[in-house]
Amino acid sequence: MSDSHAVAVAEHGAHEHPAHLRHHFVSLEQQDETASFGMWLFLLTEIMFFGGLFTAYLIYRNWYYPAFVSASHTLSITLGAINTLVLITSSFTMAMGVWCAETKKQKGLIWSLIATIVLGFAFLGIKTVEYKEKFEKHHVPGSSFSIQSFVHPVAEDGKAADKALPADTAARTEVYFSLYFAMTGMHAVHMIVGIGLLLMMLVQAIRGAYSHGNIAFVENFGLYWHFVDLVWIFLFPLLYLISRH
Amino acid sequence: MSENHAEAHEGEHFHEAHIVSPKVYFVIFMALLVGTALTIGASYVDMGPWNPVIAIAIAVTKATLVVLYFMHIKYSSKLMKLTVGAGVFTFLILVGMCLSDYISRAWGQW
Repeated sequence: MSDSHAVAVAEHGAHEHPAHLRHHFVSLEQQDETASFGMWLFLLTEIMFFGGLFTAYLIYRNWYYPAFVSASHTLSITLGAINTLVLITSSFTMAMGVWCAETKKQKGLIWSLIATIVLGFAFLGIKTVEYKEKFEKHHVPGSSFSIQSFVHPVAEDGKAADKALPADTAARTEVYFSLYFAMTGMHAVHMIVGIGLLLMMLVQAIRGAYSHGNIAFVENFGLYWHFVDLVWIFLFPLLYLISRH
Repeated sequence: MSENHAEAHEGEHFHEAHIVSPKVYFVIFMALLVGTALTIGASYVDMGPWNPVIAIAIAVTKATLVVLYFMHIKYSSKLMKLTVGAGVFTFLILVGMCLSDYISRAWGQW
């Protein structure tokens, strides 16, 4: 630390600075950058965490290709696409929230946060509909799992039935559904944590906590929310789309 | 602000905060929607082994837009750019090394 800095700290009280500038930082810029640097380090560990799941998915898809193709055909592209739309829109509303916070627009921030919360719940709601269908069709891994729909496929909703799978191949679909629930489940857990933090921020925003320039929390939460969107950007094509044609 | 404090800033160039405008956010939002439509459309065309390649290429493009603009990395300091780059590089090692190991041995014993 330079001497001049030490002097500057010793002279505290003689000069003005925002109340939220901590004493161990030279400037607000340094304080903000330190905070988002820490946030990014956390997000990198998250990338490694989801990266492990993606790697497992790619390897098993390679091994049990026919089973993974048939199993992925049971997912609804329509619901998946709507959820992608919902999540990308929520990323946009959160980005607008960050902009409102940066430009000290309290009302704009409050409404951006509300929109993001509503879209977050919409995503989880649609996910619940999809999970419910998995339970009904006995596609949830575990004791209730059944390969019936793959060994004796039936046509439904005007769609032609998939080709029947031999029993040993059909049994591998359970691996697909294990990975499906692990990946979308961990993603949903991140959404739930995110919505909790959003509700917290909403209360703070209404109290005016972000109206004086202390918005590092909003900015770094924005990074987290966009990361969750980022994971879904990969989950959607890998789980729903690539085996479709 | 005292003179001494101003001196402390000299030689230490911290990154000035850059406020990304709503216009940029909106353009990126639209680009992400177009990317989503493209990836859904591409999934219905049978391109053999190219289907996953196209899907992942579109996803990587979308992810890059999110990181650069929504997550402000385009406007961030070199430290942040290097940090994110190092993370992506390590992630590629994780995926690449694992896949090369599994794919290059035990043929037909699955």
